[in-house]
Amino acid sequence: MKSAVITFPGSNCDRDMDVALKKFGFNNKMVWHQDIELPKSDLVVLPGGFSYGDYLRCGSMASKSKIMQSVINFANSGGMVMGICNGFQILVETGLVPGVLLRNKYLEFICKNVFVKISNKDNFYFKNINNNILELHIAHNEGNYFCTKDQLKEIEDNAQIAINYCDAEGKIEEIFNPNGSIKNIAGIFNKEKNVLGMMPHPERMIDPSLSGDDGSIFFKNLINNLK
Amino acid sequence: MIVNEKIAIDHGLKKEEYQKICELLKRTPNITELGIFSAMWNEHCSYKSSRLHLKKLPTKGKQVIQGPGENAGVVDIGDNDAIVFKIESHNHPSFIEPYQGAATGVGGIMRDVFTMGARPIANLNSIHFGSTQHKKTKNLLRGVVNGIGGYGNCMGVPTIAGQTSFDSSYNGNILVNAMTLGLVKKDKIFYSKAAGLNKPVIYVGSKTGRDGIHGASMASASFDDKIEEKKPTVQVGDPFTEKLLLEACLELMEGDSIIAIQDMGAAGLTSSSIEMASKGNLGIEINLNKVPCRESKMTPYEIMLSESQERMLIVLENGKEEMAKKIFDKWNLDFAIIGKTTKSKKIELYFDNKRVADVPVNILVENSPMYDRKWKKAKLPKKNKIEKEDINNLKIIDILKKILANPNICSKEWIWSQYDHTVMGDTIQKPGGDSGVVRVHGTNKAVAASVDSSAVYCWAHPLTGGKQVVCESFRNLISVGAKPIAITNCLNFGSPENEENMGEFVECVQGIGEASSYLKFPVVSGNVSFYNQTKDQGIKPTPSIGGVGLIKDYSKMITMDFKEVNNIVLVIGKTEGHIDQSLFARVILDEKNGPPPEINLFNEKNNGETLLKLIDGNLIKSAHDVSLGGIMTAVSKMCIKGNKGINLKKPKYLINEIEYFFAEDQGRYIIEISKKDQKKVLDILDKNAVHYDELGTINENMLFLSQKSKVTIDELKSSNKNWLIKYMSK
Repeated sequence: MKSAVITFPGSNCDRDMDVALKKFGFNNKMVWHQDIELPKSDLVVLPGGFSYGDYLRCGSMASKSKIMQSVINFANSGGMVMGICNGFQILVETGLVPGVLLRNKYLEFICKNVFVKISNKDNFYFKNINNNILELHIAHNEGNYFCTKDQLKEIEDNAQIAINYCDAEGKIEEIFNPNGSIKNIAGIFNKEKNVLGMMPHPERMIDPSLSGDDGSIFFKNLINNLK
Repeated sequence: MIVNEKIAIDHGLKKEEYQKICELLKRTPNITELGIFSAMWNEHCSYKSSRLHLKKLPTKGKQVIQGPGENAGVVDIGDNDAIVFKIESHNHPSFIEPYQGAATGVGGIMRDVFTMGARPIANLNSIHFGSTQHKKTKNLLRGVVNGIGGYGNCMGVPTIAGQTSFDSSYNGNILVNAMTLGLVKKDKIFYSKAAGLNKPVIYVGSKTGRDGIHGASMASASFDDKIEEKKPTVQVGDPFTEKLLLEACLELMEGDSIIAIQDMGAAGLTSSSIEMASKGNLGIEINLNKVPCRESKMTPYEIMLSESQERMLIVLENGKEEMAKKIFDKWNLDFAIIGKTTKSKKIELYFDNKRVADVPVNILVENSPMYDRKWKKAKLPKKNKIEKEDINNLKIIDILKKILANPNICSKEWIWSQYDHTVMGDTIQKPGGDSGVVRVHGTNKAVAASVDSSAVYCWAHPLTGGKQVVCESFRNLISVGAKPIAITNCLNFGSPENEENMGEFVECVQGIGEASSYLKFPVVSGNVSFYNQTKDQGIKPTPSIGGVGLIKDYSKMITMDFKEVNNIVLVIGKTEGHIDQSLFARVILDEKNGPPPEINLFNEKNNGETLLKLIDGNLIKSAHDVSLGGIMTAVSKMCIKGNKGINLKKPKYLINEIEYFFAEDQGRYIIEISKKDQKKVLDILDKNAVHYDELGTINENMLFLSQKSKVTIDELKSSNKNWLIKYMSK
């Protein structure tokens, strides 16, 4: 399976993603933001970080960088595109997934483990995964997912919610919401479910000696689904 | 502007220093030259009051590749890997503008590390604030934490450990010490020594602006009521540009085109160019019109003294300019050839085709002032007699809850959860433990780091305090299973012109030297920050020690959380019941006098090394060093972290229970072992002549001393965890 990770100026989880993808069997290539063409890939990843310093709205500068037109074309033709953290913010800015990501409710950067419940397994990202709940890690300042009422209705009607913040038992309640996201949304799909944006970092949870190992479950399942 | 004595004094120079400049130059300096002298000869850059004493520190060791004198220290961790590390202060700017002050402190120390060719792999910090009752404390804390996070998080370097304290002596002068560790291949370390004639001198990074002019001079002065007016001297950080600079520099360093490289930190272009020239015994000629400037009409004086961040100076091999420029273009950074190395041994600056400065380098460096300041030796305070009736009525559990919720003991999760501590995917021990630990990427090795200070002990008796901080750093590394390698120190003191403050400095340094020499734990880098005071009142002497250690096989790393019910808990090291200067004495008895606990270096070394043997033999389930708050505090933290309780035994020998549990005797650790290993462990402890007491056995969820003295771990946890959150949300 071939994957590509885009490096924007200010990306800082690009190496971590490269390490994770390779660990679970992807043949990964790093792609520079000023390139025009994507290498032939089964999966394209927009990694976490602070693209262009996030001095404008998070992700907005990166969404206009050269490579993004190819990424958008790839996604529109059904290609798998996953945005993690800053990558999710970039996806939102391109319009590939609906909604926006606001500053965290308590106005502080948050770095900690969270539980998320998988809300839709009818897609290549979560199909066949045995777990309903994953323990993942978040590290962000702007992860407070927001959208209009109409958008929310559409998202729900199309089953576009991928994962919600919850507790270890899978209860989705406000007290388990780390950043104020609407409906505890931690990740969403586009309508076709080939594009996934999410705040948690599965690539930081790929070894029991790290904060946890549930990222391994995610990646193992993902590569099997793509085979 | 014609320079005279008054202008020199306004630049922070002393009258005699100005006279010396005129003598050495055999003329009056012009204003640009005066600016250069004031930048090079201030305390921050010249170490004029401290050099004499710092010389006495042990700086060599089997694993030391580079000691003090470079951008950072370097130690060997085997397999051609080396760790580059240093700690540095950014106290004054952080008090004036906490966010930018702290952020640029973090940015500066990371630059020191990647200047040497190392990719930063971990950040730490030691931050000290005024009383929690003081009106400025909350805002300063919030600003500093945001600033540290804002910079480190954006750089994508995990912040893995730190220390926070509150004490009214910092009311008017907070401390912000930032430390960075970087990883480098031993044969790819870069230094700042220029070599060769007519080599191009290259400026890369951000443009030069008017920010931070005279920052280093400000850092060398005391605070007064008008400090807020100094805001313009605080630098403004841009972590995004620094991230680009990091990647660009590391990319250029893959080749062999760099002769020397030096970051522009304190005193900017002045100190970086002079340092490179001085180390290489060369001259440097710079055309200041070539320096990329952010603002128009900047004068030579402003360009030389600007402390704009995210800039580097490089001496390149001839013919490599085009190749190097391509890399910096790719990363969208300025690249300018601004001068060349010369044989003149002078720093020569040109602007608008005129020579605007012409100063021999050795005058600026070797002839810089060095003072043997007067200092006063501290007496060891008399021991307090504790009246038995003072403590007999106290209830252990009440004391414990109070101590766990004390600002200096309580959980600092509110702080470190705002720092990205997991980026880079190698953090295997996060903040809140004895040390932070990161794996050496792609290997079985891991590096542990801790930062410590004990201002109260240092204030009570500087010599003992200095020793104690080094020992505590040693213990914190050992507690996670790391073999201590070397330290970096950040020496925060009051005015060197005050005999008492100077005495504190001299004796703390002596203590640090004695302990690090005995423990073979040399000092490889550091920085001195004097004039930490408001008006005449100095802070408590606060040397911060950053320790680094190696875990050869990270599967053997130890954490402090209790692991399993029925396991046995021991305390290693003798408890004599030293209460003076303990948290218990200060918080519960309101007693601030008396000597700090004594340091027995033999016991420190022996206890620590024996524990490492036990860890290496897989005999230890959890470990934690005993420090502030004594055994009871340490054991409670192990319970809280592991969600387990403990059945505590009463002390066997003749000692008051409260003294036993809250004393701060040194050289002690609490360890958890399984029953089946008990005999083996005790044999090894006996064989190595290590004193131990059996403290108790682990239970499900209760700290139990007797039917009258017990408490659930959940209750202890909420005392410990909630204090800071509540304080910051009020």
